[in-house]
Amino acid sequence: MRKLALSDEILLKIDKPARYIGGEFNSVTKKKEEIDLRFAMCFPDVYEIGMSHLGIQIIYDMLNSFEDVWCERVYSPWMDLDPIMRKEEIPLFALESQDPIKEFDFLGITIQYEMCYTNILQILDLSNIALLAKDRVDDDPIVIGGGPCTYNPEPIADFFDLFYIGEGETVYRELLDVYKQNKKDGGTRIDFLKKAATIQGIYCPQFYQPTYQEDGTIASFEPMVEGIPSKILKQIEMNVSDTFYPMKPVVPFIKVTQDRVVLEIQRGCIRGCRFCQAGQIYRPVRERNVDVLKEYATKMLENTGHEEISLSSLSSSDYRKLPELIDFLIDECTEKKINISLPSLRIDAFSLDVMTKVQDVRKSSLTFAPEAGTQRLRDVINKGLTEEVILSGARMAFEGGWNRVKLYFMLGLPTETEEDMKGIAELSNKIAREYYETVPKEQRNGKVQIVTSTSFFIPKPFTPFQWAVMDTKEDFIEKSHIVKRAVMEQLNQKSIKYNWHEADLSVLEGVFARGDRKLSAVILKAYEKGCIYDSWSEYFKNDIWISVFEELGVSIDFYTTRVRELNEIFPWDFIDCGVTKEFLQREWKNAIAEKVTPNCNMQCSACGANQFGGGVCYEN
Amino acid sequence: MKIRIKFSKSAAMIFVGHLDMVRYFQKAMRRANVDIAYSGGFNPHQVMSFAAPLGVGIYSNGEYLDIEANSVTTASDMVNALQQQMVEGVSIVSVKMLPEGTTNAMASVAAAGYTVRFRAGAEPDFDYQNAILSFYQKESINVIKKTKKSEKELDLKPFIFELKPVEDGIYMLVDASSSGNIKPNLIMQAFFKENGKELGEFDTIITREDTYTNVGTEEEPLFQPLDSMGNDF
Repeated sequence: MRKLALSDEILLKIDKPARYIGGEFNSVTKKKEEIDLRFAMCFPDVYEIGMSHLGIQIIYDMLNSFEDVWCERVYSPWMDLDPIMRKEEIPLFALESQDPIKEFDFLGITIQYEMCYTNILQILDLSNIALLAKDRVDDDPIVIGGGPCTYNPEPIADFFDLFYIGEGETVYRELLDVYKQNKKDGGTRIDFLKKAATIQGIYCPQFYQPTYQEDGTIASFEPMVEGIPSKILKQIEMNVSDTFYPMKPVVPFIKVTQDRVVLEIQRGCIRGCRFCQAGQIYRPVRERNVDVLKEYATKMLENTGHEEISLSSLSSSDYRKLPELIDFLIDECTEKKINISLPSLRIDAFSLDVMTKVQDVRKSSLTFAPEAGTQRLRDVINKGLTEEVILSGARMAFEGGWNRVKLYFMLGLPTETEEDMKGIAELSNKIAREYYETVPKEQRNGKVQIVTSTSFFIPKPFTPFQWAVMDTKEDFIEKSHIVKRAVMEQLNQKSIKYNWHEADLSVLEGVFARGDRKLSAVILKAYEKGCIYDSWSEYFKNDIWISVFEELGVSIDFYTTRVRELNEIFPWDFIDCGVTKEFLQREWKNAIAEKVTPNCNMQCSACGANQFGGGVCYEN
Repeated sequence: MKIRIKFSKSAAMIFVGHLDMVRYFQKAMRRANVDIAYSGGFNPHQVMSFAAPLGVGIYSNGEYLDIEANSVTTASDMVNALQQQMVEGVSIVSVKMLPEGTTNAMASVAAAGYTVRFRAGAEPDFDYQNAILSFYQKESINVIKKTKKSEKELDLKPFIFELKPVEDGIYMLVDASSSGNIKPNLIMQAFFKENGKELGEFDTIITREDTYTNVGTEEEPLFQPLDSMGNDF
């Protein structure tokens, strides 16, 4: 029987003790004496969030498929357990073996959003691993980061030994072999890191040195060690239909956010919306073979017993075999009483038909993401959705019995004017009007309910908007008030509910998104002063953050509202994500000129991603 | 047809709460390919009901759930199929078919038997083995029962059907019906208080030994385990 790391008394005192006991169905246990290498895979947030992440399940499955490796999981202890572990000096442990993380060879941390940075420090701290990579000794695990935020790893560069830039399926085996060989040869930690840094896609921040101009921007960024590349090439799995995919994902005991089978149908996106980072960094689009997906779906449902399956990808409507896949799932799942949770699809006759089949129309809602309130601004951001398409989609849906609509917009987009802000309210109103004009009074199921939400635009690296100026908190608040007032002026205002995001968090996210190495000190200090679980509004302590920036003399505006020159060297420029800077510059100019760029299926815009030799670049 | 499944719960699984156990068994049913019946509607769910929810932290040798099956082969097939889908800490003890018209698991629960042991270092410093017998001789055992809304005095005596020392602890058979469900620690606290001691929140290790139904009358109850009314198949 496994011995638990936490005593019964602690487990009975805390909320949801099953977060910490491991032993879930399909979790992998190996004999320590039969393996060479122990890997702790971490999602630095609470169990329910971390367990819902597909990427970790893929890596977990892949690493455990290697006979010499045992990969286990670790998540952030919740705020009730954190102080107990510190007080009683209980080291952070992995779920499967319940052994301390410090005994592992690797601690892999997936970094999915900027606001988890302090949680990374919590993980290291509770594991008794030095927070700064330079302070670590030979016995400490190699701390390696991966995930979307590592496309600009600089704000957290000081905390990591290595970053793995790109998709996990490609070079882990090579990295682990280098580690094993180095251990066998009696090499030191630094010896290993030097060898690791020569592997494609692996970035070892301590071997690279930025220098700065007087104005604080980067003057140069060079490798300090011989034989390591000056540019890190993103890793990408080109054969997505024949690679690692978890046929037996771990089935959690407690209800997690994604309590279902997740079928990833494709990677990448053809659309090229100019604010969207995922749309650039995951290029080119690679579709999974539909027969492979059918087989995966069947096996994963059998192996988990989940009662729901969902499809995962960017812009799922663009997956060309979607009708075939959905028909298969409907047949398969109706018989087995399994729910299909649809991704947000483009609203058209096909998707409405599918939605009618798999959802209760009265309870479900339609989702549109116009992102901007006017056609002019939608052209700036390259969002193809037109007002006509939205209204005709809504009309079809209203005829089919729907009366709930969710609309998503962004405030603070480049070139935005008051007209664009008011356009959000006006478009919401037009959709409401469409309902009252389409559905005769006697057939209406109450009022139409329109929920309009705005988030604040945050410029991200590797997007055409990486040069954009971000709004201040005051701008954001003022803009949301303008939208609010405009909603109130609409004829159908009683049918429209308007929500907006909290601005403080967006500003901080904006700082880290385009931040540099100088921010590591800020994050460390904020953590030391008690910042943790920043993405949870009940724990986010904005005043501490602001005071730390002031104390360390680091300017928030430098990262957010500063005008960036076209030729500025960005902290993330040393990463080659496939898409070239020249393409992004072109797109930035097209944006300002309100010029739309066709999607990858229509025409190649020479973004540079064809260097990977496959995907959509070679299919049309 | 109605099937009654008996299972045990131990090890780390004692930290998995009742609602999560329901979900756990729903998924296990699918994995084991049990031909379970579903309710209608847009979100069909399995026809399944648990006998008596078990508190977090309590071990059990006698948990029950009833399912409605469309078809079955043999009881041993079903035990094996389900057992293969269990994790460490949950074991399928038996599977029985219930005669037509049997009341469902939850409604038929009348009593539960518990063994209460003491955590290492928390053993009582008085002769609890004898004291428990004289405690049970009392005319009434009055305690203050706290609920979310109020506190009220309650005589536990009529809810205790058996109370005796066993080798390394105390055994009690107590009311577990929906109208009078008694938690073992409530009795233990009263027992300690009677002996001038205080029972700490985490001092006891509790095992539910079995769950019973009453086949006698209210005045002269006759308790039998919930699987006694089922048949092999």
